[in-house]
Amino acid sequence: MQLNTEDLEREFQAKIDSGRNIEPKDWMPEKYRKTHIRQISQHAHSEVVGMLPEGNWITRAPSLKRKVTLLAKVQDEGGHGLYLYSAAETLGISRDELYEQLHSGKAKYSSIFNYPAVTWADMGAVGWLVDGAAIMNQVMLTRTSFGPYARAMVRICKEESFHQRQGYEIMLTLCQGTEAQKRMAQDALNRWWWPSLMMFGPKDEESTHTEQAMKWRIKLKTNDDLRQQFVDQTVPQVKILGLTVPDPDLKWNESRGSYDFGAINWEEFWNVVAGNGPCNKERLAARKAAHDNGAWVREAAMAYAEKKETLKEAV
Amino acid sequence: MKKEWPVWEVFIRSKAGLDHRHAGSIHAADARMAIENARDVYTRRQEGVSIWVVPSKEIVASDPEQSGELFEPAKDKIYRHPTFYDLPDELKHM
Repeated sequence: MQLNTEDLEREFQAKIDSGRNIEPKDWMPEKYRKTHIRQISQHAHSEVVGMLPEGNWITRAPSLKRKVTLLAKVQDEGGHGLYLYSAAETLGISRDELYEQLHSGKAKYSSIFNYPAVTWADMGAVGWLVDGAAIMNQVMLTRTSFGPYARAMVRICKEESFHQRQGYEIMLTLCQGTEAQKRMAQDALNRWWWPSLMMFGPKDEESTHTEQAMKWRIKLKTNDDLRQQFVDQTVPQVKILGLTVPDPDLKWNESRGSYDFGAINWEEFWNVVAGNGPCNKERLAARKAAHDNGAWVREAAMAYAEKKETLKEAV
Repeated sequence: MKKEWPVWEVFIRSKAGLDHRHAGSIHAADARMAIENARDVYTRRQEGVSIWVVPSKEIVASDPEQSGELFEPAKDKIYRHPTFYDLPDELKHM
């Protein structure tokens, strides 16, 4: 029986509404496919570019323990990028096309990685705040409607919890150290606090995709809801460290049972998204160099595999 | 000429006595590299004791549009389940 597009769309929506997942070979509206390719690949690119600010600190880690931890975290991020690229590829786009979109600037990655990691305390703040914000989003996405994406998220969430805990432990150690170490921790919090809040994306009234994304269960909570949840969860963690949130307007609102917080500098957010953050050019250049400099290895491995295959057939 | 490494499906046995389960996919130039990459990507925390890799292009899958014809005939055959049979409560070990 041939169904027309309208029937198919109705059936598709009913499937999502009843809580079932969509798998790669199922019929899906073209826009659902495109939106997922965009979102999953953006997520994958963020994992891969996210390795760069931390990679810089591997050789400078203050102890062997911190060094092996950081190596493991960066390796996890590479792995998370691969899970996500694979999920995007099930929608009919090739890995090469995905890389090409990143390198040409057509695809975005999380703007947070365009900020520099200038002190060791930044490794603490990034793990605690940046991974913390990412986890909040990713926990929500374990229930997203597209099967391969949801499954990648389950795997990622399982692994990511250590990323946040090791970051907080770095902060805790610094805060229990000398005055200079504590100042370094406060300085890192000052610089990463606002960019971390921006990670949840534009305000709900300015987020153009939210309504459709909720309808298709691509998102289960709005940007502002997640941001509020992050603030409520993180402020008590700041207190345990004995540090101060760099927001004079932050205060507990008894009637809402949540913290009120100050205005976010959206001009800065859009400026970094547009490519004018402190490290946009450096990150993309490092990424492209890694890809280009590895090309001969990829080609040689392929040539070797093909040669072996030919020899086998000749026998 | 640049050419993308083929895709492999990865199956992992988490411990002896259990089935291999689909874990995800991986790109690799050949089978040996596929096993090594699968080890690095899917078993960083001792998730497995054995790995299978299969070229994705060799997987033959049923068509979701035919899932009605394929799977619905089993739906009304409830007599294949033990609870279909009405037996007295005092009956034990069955």
